[in-house]
Amino acid sequence: MYGGGYIFDEPDKRQLKEEQLHDDPEKLVEFEARIARGEKIEPGDWMPSEYRRQLIRLIEQHAHSEIIGALPEGTWITRAPGFKRKLALIAKVQDEIGHGQLLYNAAETLGKSREAMINDLLSGKSKYSNVFNYPAETWADVTVIGFLIDAAAIVNQVANAKGSYGPYCRALERICYEESFHLKQGHDAFIELATGTPAQRAMVQDALNRWWQPIMHFFGPPDKNSVHSEKLMQWKVKMASNDDMRNQFLDAYVPKIWDLGLSLPDENLKKDPVTGKWCYSDPDWDLFKKVINGGGPCNKERLDVRKWAEEHGRWVRKALMNPAEKTTAPVA
Amino acid sequence: MDNQSLDPRVKRLKLNTGGEPVTVHEGENWNVFEVFHQEKRGAHHEHVGCVHAPNAQLALVFAKEQFARRKKCVNLWVVRSADILSFDTEDEDMFANNLDKTYRDASGFKVMEKINKFKKSTHDKE
Repeated sequence: MYGGGYIFDEPDKRQLKEEQLHDDPEKLVEFEARIARGEKIEPGDWMPSEYRRQLIRLIEQHAHSEIIGALPEGTWITRAPGFKRKLALIAKVQDEIGHGQLLYNAAETLGKSREAMINDLLSGKSKYSNVFNYPAETWADVTVIGFLIDAAAIVNQVANAKGSYGPYCRALERICYEESFHLKQGHDAFIELATGTPAQRAMVQDALNRWWQPIMHFFGPPDKNSVHSEKLMQWKVKMASNDDMRNQFLDAYVPKIWDLGLSLPDENLKKDPVTGKWCYSDPDWDLFKKVINGGGPCNKERLDVRKWAEEHGRWVRKALMNPAEKTTAPVA
Repeated sequence: MDNQSLDPRVKRLKLNTGGEPVTVHEGENWNVFEVFHQEKRGAHHEHVGCVHAPNAQLALVFAKEQFARRKKCVNLWVVRSADILSFDTEDEDMFANNLDKTYRDASGFKVMEKINKFKKSTHDKE
Protein backbone atom coordinates (compact mmCIF):
# COMPACT_ATOMS: atom_id res chain seq x y z
CA MET A 1 0.00 0.00 0.00
CA TYR A 2 2.24 2.31 1.37
CA GLY A 3 5.17 4.15 -0.08
CA GLY A 4 4.97 7.62 1.35
CA GLY A 5 6.49 10.57 -0.44
CA TYR A 6 9.11 10.93 2.21
CA ILE A 7 12.15 8.70 1.94
CA PHE A 8 14.48 8.91 4.88
CA ASP A 9 18.13 9.50 4.12
CA GLU A 10 20.92 9.42 6.64
CA PRO A 11 22.27 12.96 7.01
CA ASP A 12 25.86 11.92 6.27
CA LYS A 13 24.81 10.34 2.95
CA ARG A 14 23.16 13.41 1.50
CA GLN A 15 26.33 14.79 -0.04
CA LEU A 16 27.72 12.93 -3.03
CA LYS A 17 30.87 11.03 -2.13
CA GLU A 18 34.09 11.57 -3.98
CA GLU A 19 33.77 8.47 -6.19
CA GLN A 20 30.16 9.28 -7.03
CA LEU A 21 31.30 12.54 -8.55
CA HIS A 22 33.44 10.55 -10.94
CA ASP A 23 30.82 8.73 -12.95
CA ASP A 24 31.89 8.61 -16.59
CA PRO A 25 30.56 11.97 -17.88
CA GLU A 26 29.88 10.64 -21.40
CA LYS A 27 27.86 7.74 -20.07
CA LEU A 28 26.01 10.09 -17.77
CA VAL A 29 24.97 12.31 -20.68
CA GLU A 30 23.72 9.27 -22.61
CA PHE A 31 21.92 7.98 -19.49
CA GLU A 32 20.15 11.28 -18.91
CA ALA A 33 19.21 11.48 -22.58
CA ARG A 34 17.64 8.02 -22.40
CA ILE A 35 15.54 9.07 -19.41
CA ALA A 36 14.54 12.31 -21.12
CA ARG A 37 13.35 10.23 -24.10
CA GLY A 38 11.13 8.25 -21.72
CA GLU A 39 13.14 5.01 -21.93
CA LYS A 40 13.22 2.62 -18.98
CA ILE A 41 16.48 1.70 -17.27
CA GLU A 42 16.99 -2.04 -16.74
CA PRO A 43 19.17 -3.89 -14.20
CA GLY A 44 22.11 -4.58 -16.56
CA ASP A 45 22.30 -1.00 -17.85
CA TRP A 46 24.93 1.52 -16.88
CA MET A 47 23.62 3.94 -14.26
CA PRO A 48 25.19 6.63 -12.08
CA SER A 49 26.11 5.30 -8.65
CA GLU A 50 23.91 7.92 -7.01
CA TYR A 51 20.91 6.83 -9.11
CA ARG A 52 21.48 3.25 -7.93
CA ARG A 53 21.84 4.31 -4.29
CA GLN A 54 18.73 6.49 -4.33
CA LEU A 55 16.65 3.78 -5.99
CA ILE A 56 17.74 1.13 -3.50
CA ARG A 57 16.83 3.54 -0.69
CA LEU A 58 13.45 4.33 -2.23
CA ILE A 59 12.40 0.80 -3.18
CA GLU A 60 13.75 -0.80 -0.01
CA GLN A 61 11.88 1.63 2.23
CA HIS A 62 8.76 1.14 0.17
CA ALA A 63 9.11 -2.63 0.69
CA HIS A 64 9.61 -2.24 4.44
CA SER A 65 6.51 -0.02 4.56
CA GLU A 66 4.42 -2.76 2.99
CA ILE A 67 5.62 -5.35 5.50
CA ILE A 68 5.37 -3.15 8.60
CA GLY A 69 2.15 -1.58 7.28
CA ALA A 70 0.45 -4.95 7.49
CA LEU A 71 0.97 -5.03 11.27
CA PRO A 72 -1.51 -2.36 12.48
CA GLU A 73 -4.23 -3.82 10.24
CA GLY A 74 -3.30 -7.39 11.08
CA THR A 75 -4.09 -6.39 14.66
CA TRP A 76 -7.75 -6.34 13.70
CA ILE A 77 -8.10 -9.57 11.74
CA THR A 78 -9.30 -11.54 14.76
CA ARG A 79 -11.77 -8.80 15.70
CA ALA A 80 -13.05 -7.63 12.32
CA PRO A 81 -16.84 -7.15 12.53
CA GLY A 82 -18.33 -10.00 10.55
CA PHE A 83 -17.12 -12.79 8.31
CA LYS A 84 -17.01 -10.79 5.08
CA ARG A 85 -14.92 -8.01 6.62
CA LYS A 86 -12.58 -10.60 8.10
CA LEU A 87 -12.07 -12.33 4.73
CA ALA A 88 -11.42 -9.01 3.01
CA LEU A 89 -8.95 -7.90 5.68
CA ILE A 90 -7.01 -11.17 5.51
CA ALA A 91 -6.87 -10.83 1.71
CA LYS A 92 -5.67 -7.27 2.01
CA VAL A 93 -2.97 -8.05 4.56
CA GLN A 94 -1.76 -10.93 2.37
CA ASP A 95 -1.57 -8.53 -0.59
CA GLU A 96 0.56 -6.11 1.42
CA ILE A 97 3.07 -8.83 2.27
CA GLY A 98 3.06 -9.83 -1.41
CA HIS A 99 3.79 -6.20 -2.34
CA GLY A 100 6.72 -6.23 0.04
CA GLN A 101 8.10 -9.31 -1.77
CA LEU A 102 7.67 -7.70 -5.21
CA LEU A 103 9.47 -4.58 -4.06
CA TYR A 104 12.32 -6.44 -2.34
CA ASN A 105 12.83 -8.27 -5.64
CA ALA A 106 12.97 -4.98 -7.54
CA ALA A 107 15.53 -3.59 -5.08
CA GLU A 108 17.58 -6.80 -5.28
CA THR A 109 18.10 -6.25 -9.01
CA LEU A 110 20.15 -3.19 -8.00
CA GLY A 111 22.62 -5.26 -6.02
CA LYS A 112 21.49 -5.22 -2.40
CA SER A 113 20.55 -8.63 -1.00
CA ARG A 114 17.19 -9.37 0.62
CA GLU A 115 19.01 -10.33 3.82
CA ALA A 116 20.92 -7.04 3.95
CA MET A 117 17.66 -5.11 3.56
CA ILE A 118 15.96 -7.06 6.35
CA ASN A 119 18.97 -6.54 8.60
CA ASP A 120 18.87 -2.81 7.97
CA LEU A 121 15.17 -2.75 8.83
CA LEU A 122 15.69 -4.72 12.05
CA SER A 123 18.63 -2.60 13.18
CA GLY A 124 16.67 0.61 12.56
CA LYS A 125 19.12 1.81 9.90
CA SER A 126 16.53 1.66 7.15
CA LYS A 127 13.15 3.31 7.70
CA TYR A 128 9.56 2.71 6.68
CA SER A 129 6.54 4.96 6.34
CA ASN A 130 6.07 6.94 9.52
CA VAL A 131 2.33 6.43 9.58
CA PHE A 132 2.71 2.83 10.82
CA ASN A 133 4.26 3.93 14.07
CA TYR A 134 0.79 4.83 15.33
CA PRO A 135 -1.62 2.33 16.90
CA ALA A 136 -4.90 1.18 15.34
CA GLU A 137 -7.00 1.61 18.49
CA THR A 138 -10.46 0.79 17.17
CA TRP A 139 -12.09 -0.78 14.12
CA ALA A 140 -12.75 2.76 12.89
CA ASP A 141 -8.98 3.26 12.70
CA VAL A 142 -8.78 0.31 10.31
CA THR A 143 -11.39 1.91 8.08
CA VAL A 144 -9.51 5.22 8.10
CA ILE A 145 -6.24 3.45 7.25
CA GLY A 146 -7.90 1.36 4.55
CA PHE A 147 -9.61 4.36 2.99
CA LEU A 148 -7.36 7.38 3.43
CA ILE A 149 -3.87 5.99 3.87
CA ASP A 150 -4.31 3.60 0.97
CA ALA A 151 -5.66 6.50 -1.07
CA ALA A 152 -2.62 8.60 -0.18
CA ALA A 153 -0.31 5.73 -1.06
CA ILE A 154 -2.01 5.28 -4.40
CA VAL A 155 -1.39 8.94 -5.29
CA ASN A 156 2.31 8.32 -4.68
CA GLN A 157 2.49 4.90 -6.33
CA VAL A 158 0.62 5.85 -9.48
CA ALA A 159 3.13 8.70 -9.88
CA ASN A 160 6.13 6.44 -9.22
CA ALA A 161 4.86 3.81 -11.67
CA LYS A 162 5.77 6.26 -14.46
CA GLY A 163 9.35 6.46 -13.21
CA SER A 164 12.51 5.43 -15.02
CA TYR A 165 13.51 2.12 -13.42
CA GLY A 166 11.88 -0.82 -15.23
CA PRO A 167 11.68 -3.42 -12.42
CA TYR A 168 10.17 -0.88 -9.98
CA CYS A 169 7.59 0.28 -12.53
CA ARG A 170 6.55 -3.30 -13.28
CA ALA A 171 6.18 -4.11 -9.57
CA LEU A 172 4.12 -0.94 -9.06
CA GLU A 173 1.84 -1.76 -11.95
CA ARG A 174 0.80 -5.00 -10.24
CA ILE A 175 0.64 -3.29 -6.86
CA CYS A 176 -1.60 -0.45 -8.08
CA TYR A 177 -4.02 -2.96 -9.57
CA GLU A 178 -4.42 -4.67 -6.18
CA GLU A 179 -4.53 -1.35 -4.34
CA SER A 180 -7.73 -0.46 -6.13
CA PHE A 181 -9.38 -3.33 -4.27
CA HIS A 182 -7.86 -2.13 -0.97
CA LEU A 183 -9.16 1.38 -1.46
CA LYS A 184 -12.62 0.14 -2.36
CA GLN A 185 -12.89 -2.18 0.63
CA GLY A 186 -11.54 0.56 2.91
CA HIS A 187 -14.01 3.07 1.51
CA ASP A 188 -16.87 0.60 1.95
CA ALA A 189 -15.98 -0.07 5.61
CA PHE A 190 -15.52 3.67 6.24
CA ILE A 191 -18.88 4.54 4.66
CA GLU A 192 -20.63 1.87 6.71
CA LEU A 193 -19.53 3.61 9.93
CA ALA A 194 -19.98 7.13 8.57
CA THR A 195 -23.57 6.43 7.54
CA GLY A 196 -24.35 4.33 10.62
CA THR A 197 -25.58 4.97 14.16
CA PRO A 198 -24.48 8.05 16.16
CA ALA A 199 -22.05 5.80 18.07
CA GLN A 200 -20.50 4.54 14.82
CA ARG A 201 -20.20 8.07 13.47
CA ALA A 202 -18.55 9.21 16.71
CA MET A 203 -16.06 6.34 16.38
CA VAL A 204 -15.09 7.26 12.86
CA GLN A 205 -14.86 10.97 13.74
CA ASP A 206 -12.55 10.12 16.63
CA ALA A 207 -10.34 8.01 14.35
CA LEU A 208 -10.20 10.83 11.76
CA ASN A 209 -9.14 13.30 14.45
CA ARG A 210 -6.30 11.06 15.59
CA TRP A 211 -5.09 10.06 12.10
CA TRP A 212 -5.27 13.44 10.39
CA GLN A 213 -1.81 14.63 11.45
CA PRO A 214 -0.05 11.37 10.47
CA ILE A 215 -1.86 11.56 7.12
CA MET A 216 -0.66 15.14 6.59
CA HIS A 217 2.85 13.91 7.45
CA PHE A 218 2.53 11.07 4.97
CA PHE A 219 3.82 12.88 1.87
CA GLY A 220 6.78 14.31 3.74
CA PRO A 221 8.01 17.81 4.56
CA PRO A 222 7.03 20.82 2.43
CA ASP A 223 8.93 21.27 -0.83
CA LYS A 224 10.80 24.28 0.50
CA ASN A 225 12.54 21.99 3.02
CA SER A 226 13.08 19.01 0.77
CA VAL A 227 16.69 18.00 0.57
CA HIS A 228 17.30 16.34 -2.76
CA SER A 229 14.45 16.70 -5.15
CA GLU A 230 15.73 18.28 -8.33
CA LYS A 231 18.15 15.59 -9.52
CA LEU A 232 15.74 12.84 -8.49
CA MET A 233 12.97 14.45 -10.52
CA GLN A 234 15.26 14.76 -13.55
CA TRP A 235 16.20 11.07 -13.23
CA LYS A 236 12.53 10.18 -12.79
CA VAL A 237 13.14 8.55 -9.44
CA LYS A 238 10.80 11.00 -7.75
CA MET A 239 7.86 11.81 -9.98
CA ALA A 240 5.97 14.51 -8.10
CA SER A 241 6.86 16.91 -5.32
CA ASN A 242 5.63 16.28 -1.76
CA ASP A 243 3.37 19.33 -1.81
CA ASP A 244 1.89 18.47 -5.20
CA MET A 245 1.03 14.95 -4.06
CA ARG A 246 -0.45 16.26 -0.81
CA ASN A 247 -2.54 18.74 -2.74
CA GLN A 248 -3.76 16.08 -5.15
CA PHE A 249 -4.77 13.89 -2.20
CA LEU A 250 -6.59 16.70 -0.37
CA ASP A 251 -8.38 17.70 -3.54
CA ALA A 252 -9.73 14.20 -4.09
CA TYR A 253 -10.59 13.16 -0.53
CA VAL A 254 -11.38 16.13 1.72
CA PRO A 255 -14.65 16.86 -0.14
CA LYS A 256 -15.63 13.19 0.23
CA ILE A 257 -15.16 13.41 4.01
CA TRP A 258 -16.96 16.73 4.42
CA ASP A 259 -19.77 15.44 2.24
CA LEU A 260 -20.57 12.86 4.92
CA GLY A 261 -20.94 15.58 7.56
CA LEU A 262 -17.63 14.61 9.18
CA SER A 263 -15.00 17.16 10.10
CA LEU A 264 -11.22 17.32 9.95
CA PRO A 265 -9.23 18.78 12.84
CA ASP A 266 -7.79 21.75 10.98
CA GLU A 267 -9.62 25.10 10.96
CA ASN A 268 -7.44 26.41 8.16
CA LEU A 269 -8.20 23.58 5.77
CA LYS A 270 -9.81 25.06 2.65
CA LYS A 271 -9.33 25.26 -1.07
CA ASP A 272 -8.10 28.57 -2.40
CA PRO A 273 -10.63 29.41 -5.13
CA VAL A 274 -8.06 31.45 -7.05
CA THR A 275 -5.04 29.12 -7.13
CA GLY A 276 -6.98 25.88 -6.80
CA LYS A 277 -4.48 24.82 -4.13
CA TRP A 278 -5.41 23.64 -0.66
CA CYS A 279 -4.47 25.68 2.38
CA TYR A 280 -3.83 23.94 5.69
CA SER A 281 -2.05 24.39 8.99
CA ASP A 282 1.44 22.96 8.97
CA PRO A 283 1.44 19.66 10.83
CA ASP A 284 4.06 19.36 13.58
CA TRP A 285 7.22 18.55 11.57
CA ASP A 286 9.32 18.21 14.74
CA LEU A 287 7.03 15.41 15.83
CA PHE A 288 7.43 13.84 12.38
CA LYS A 289 11.21 13.81 12.80
CA LYS A 290 10.93 12.45 16.32
CA VAL A 291 8.74 9.55 15.17
CA ILE A 292 11.03 8.77 12.21
CA ASN A 293 13.90 8.50 14.62
CA GLY A 294 12.18 5.97 16.83
CA GLY A 295 10.13 8.17 19.15
CA GLY A 296 6.62 7.22 17.99
CA PRO A 297 4.11 5.25 20.04
CA CYS A 298 4.64 1.97 18.15
CA ASN A 299 8.14 2.05 16.64
CA LYS A 300 9.52 -0.38 19.19
CA GLU A 301 6.62 -2.79 19.03
CA ARG A 302 6.70 -2.93 15.21
CA LEU A 303 10.39 -3.83 15.10
CA ASP A 304 10.14 -6.21 18.06
CA VAL A 305 7.32 -8.10 16.32
CA ARG A 306 9.31 -8.17 13.08
CA LYS A 307 12.35 -9.54 14.97
CA TRP A 308 10.18 -12.15 16.63
CA ALA A 309 8.93 -13.32 13.23
CA GLU A 310 12.47 -13.44 11.88
CA GLU A 311 13.78 -15.46 14.84
CA HIS A 312 10.85 -17.86 14.98
CA GLY A 313 10.81 -18.46 11.24
CA ARG A 314 14.50 -19.26 11.11
CA TRP A 315 14.16 -22.99 11.78
CA VAL A 316 11.72 -23.34 8.89
CA ARG A 317 14.08 -21.58 6.49
CA LYS A 318 16.96 -23.71 7.73
CA ALA A 319 15.06 -26.99 7.50
CA LEU A 320 14.27 -26.31 3.84
CA MET A 321 17.69 -24.99 2.94
CA ASN A 322 19.56 -26.67 0.15
CA PRO A 323 23.22 -25.98 0.91
CA ALA A 324 24.26 -26.61 -2.71
CA GLU A 325 22.22 -23.61 -3.92
CA LYS A 326 24.04 -20.36 -4.35
CA THR A 327 21.81 -17.30 -4.26
CA THR A 328 21.59 -15.08 -7.30
CA ALA A 329 19.87 -11.77 -7.96
CA PRO A 330 16.60 -11.59 -9.92
CA VAL A 331 17.01 -11.11 -13.66
CA ALA A 332 14.43 -8.38 -14.18
CA MET B 1 8.51 -8.22 30.48
CA ASP B 2 4.98 -8.03 29.04
CA ASN B 3 4.50 -5.84 26.02
CA GLN B 4 1.54 -3.47 25.96
CA SER B 5 0.37 -4.19 22.42
CA LEU B 6 -3.26 -3.55 21.44
CA ASP B 7 -3.04 -6.73 19.39
CA PRO B 8 -4.04 -9.70 21.53
CA ARG B 9 -1.89 -12.03 19.41
CA VAL B 10 1.15 -9.81 19.87
CA LYS B 11 0.46 -9.41 23.56
CA ARG B 12 0.75 -13.17 24.02
CA LEU B 13 4.23 -13.27 22.45
CA LYS B 14 7.42 -13.18 24.40
CA LEU B 15 9.06 -10.41 22.42
CA ASN B 16 12.75 -9.77 22.45
CA THR B 17 12.30 -6.35 24.03
CA GLY B 18 15.88 -6.03 25.21
CA GLY B 19 16.93 -4.66 21.85
CA GLU B 20 19.44 -7.45 21.17
CA PRO B 21 20.24 -7.39 17.48
CA VAL B 22 18.72 -10.03 15.21
CA THR B 23 20.76 -10.79 12.12
CA VAL B 24 19.67 -12.64 9.02
CA HIS B 25 22.60 -14.38 7.35
CA GLU B 26 23.35 -14.00 3.65
CA GLY B 27 21.64 -16.78 1.72
CA GLU B 28 19.15 -17.48 4.51
CA ASN B 29 16.32 -16.26 2.29
CA TRP B 30 17.10 -18.98 -0.26
CA ASN B 31 17.52 -18.65 -3.97
CA VAL B 32 15.66 -16.65 -6.60
CA PHE B 33 13.37 -18.14 -9.24
CA GLU B 34 11.80 -16.33 -12.19
CA VAL B 35 8.07 -16.90 -12.61
CA PHE B 36 6.15 -17.24 -15.88
CA HIS B 37 2.38 -17.03 -15.92
CA GLN B 38 0.01 -18.61 -18.46
CA GLU B 39 -3.34 -16.88 -18.60
CA LYS B 40 -5.21 -19.37 -20.75
CA ARG B 41 -4.52 -22.66 -22.45
CA GLY B 42 -2.72 -22.15 -25.71
CA ALA B 43 -1.31 -18.76 -24.69
CA HIS B 44 2.37 -18.01 -24.13
CA HIS B 45 3.79 -18.11 -20.62
CA GLU B 46 4.74 -14.55 -19.72
CA HIS B 47 7.37 -13.41 -17.24
CA VAL B 48 5.68 -11.78 -14.24
CA GLY B 49 8.36 -11.53 -11.57
CA CYS B 50 10.25 -13.75 -9.17
CA VAL B 51 10.10 -15.51 -5.81
CA HIS B 52 12.61 -16.67 -3.23
CA ALA B 53 12.47 -20.42 -2.59
CA PRO B 54 14.74 -23.27 -1.49
CA ASN B 55 13.90 -25.40 -4.54
CA ALA B 56 11.82 -25.37 -7.72
CA GLN B 57 8.87 -27.29 -6.20
CA LEU B 58 8.41 -24.74 -3.43
CA ALA B 59 9.04 -21.92 -5.88
CA LEU B 60 5.94 -23.11 -7.72
CA VAL B 61 3.91 -23.09 -4.50
CA PHE B 62 5.08 -19.57 -3.63
CA ALA B 63 4.53 -18.41 -7.22
CA LYS B 64 0.92 -19.54 -7.00
CA GLU B 65 0.45 -17.51 -3.81
CA GLN B 66 2.22 -14.48 -5.19
CA PHE B 67 1.16 -14.29 -8.84
CA ALA B 68 -2.07 -16.28 -9.13
CA ARG B 69 -4.21 -14.98 -6.27
CA ARG B 70 -6.72 -13.37 -8.60
CA LYS B 71 -7.63 -13.27 -12.26
CA LYS B 72 -7.34 -16.17 -14.61
CA CYS B 73 -4.33 -18.47 -14.51
CA VAL B 74 -4.06 -21.99 -15.89
CA ASN B 75 -0.38 -22.73 -15.30
CA LEU B 76 2.91 -21.34 -14.01
CA TRP B 77 6.56 -22.05 -14.83
CA VAL B 78 9.49 -21.35 -12.54
CA VAL B 79 13.17 -21.42 -13.41
CA ARG B 80 16.24 -20.51 -11.39
CA SER B 81 17.28 -16.93 -12.18
CA ALA B 82 20.86 -18.19 -12.47
CA ASP B 83 19.82 -20.48 -15.36
CA ILE B 84 18.51 -17.64 -17.49
CA LEU B 85 20.92 -16.71 -20.23
CA SER B 86 20.52 -13.36 -21.92
CA PHE B 87 22.51 -10.91 -24.04
CA ASP B 88 24.32 -8.07 -22.42
CA THR B 89 22.11 -4.98 -22.68
CA GLU B 90 25.16 -3.11 -23.93
CA ASP B 91 25.12 -5.33 -27.03
CA GLU B 92 21.70 -4.04 -28.00
CA ASP B 93 23.11 -2.60 -31.24
CA MET B 94 23.35 -6.10 -32.74
CA PHE B 95 19.61 -5.83 -33.36
CA ALA B 96 19.83 -2.32 -34.73
CA ASN B 97 19.40 -3.08 -38.44
CA ASN B 98 16.43 -5.44 -37.97
CA LEU B 99 14.10 -2.75 -39.23
CA ASP B 100 16.19 -2.29 -42.38
CA LYS B 101 15.66 -5.88 -43.47
CA THR B 102 12.49 -5.15 -45.40
CA TYR B 103 13.01 -8.37 -47.43
CA ARG B 104 11.97 -10.27 -44.25
CA ASP B 105 8.58 -8.54 -44.14
CA ALA B 106 5.47 -8.81 -46.25
CA SER B 107 5.49 -5.05 -46.60
CA GLY B 108 8.92 -5.24 -48.24
CA PHE B 109 7.40 -6.56 -51.48
CA LYS B 110 5.43 -4.11 -53.63
CA VAL B 111 3.66 -5.82 -56.53
CA MET B 112 0.66 -3.54 -57.12
CA GLU B 113 2.79 -0.85 -58.72
CA LYS B 114 4.15 -3.32 -61.29
CA ILE B 115 0.72 -4.80 -61.95
CA ASN B 116 -0.81 -1.38 -62.50
CA LYS B 117 2.05 -0.31 -64.75
CA PHE B 118 1.69 -3.52 -66.75
CA LYS B 119 -2.08 -3.10 -67.08
CA LYS B 120 -1.68 0.52 -68.17
CA SER B 121 0.88 -0.36 -70.84
CA THR B 122 -1.22 -3.20 -72.30
CA HIS B 123 -4.27 -0.94 -72.22
CA ASP B 124 -2.41 1.78 -74.08
CA LYS B 125 -1.36 -0.68 -76.82
CA GLU B 126 -4.95 -1.72 -77.51
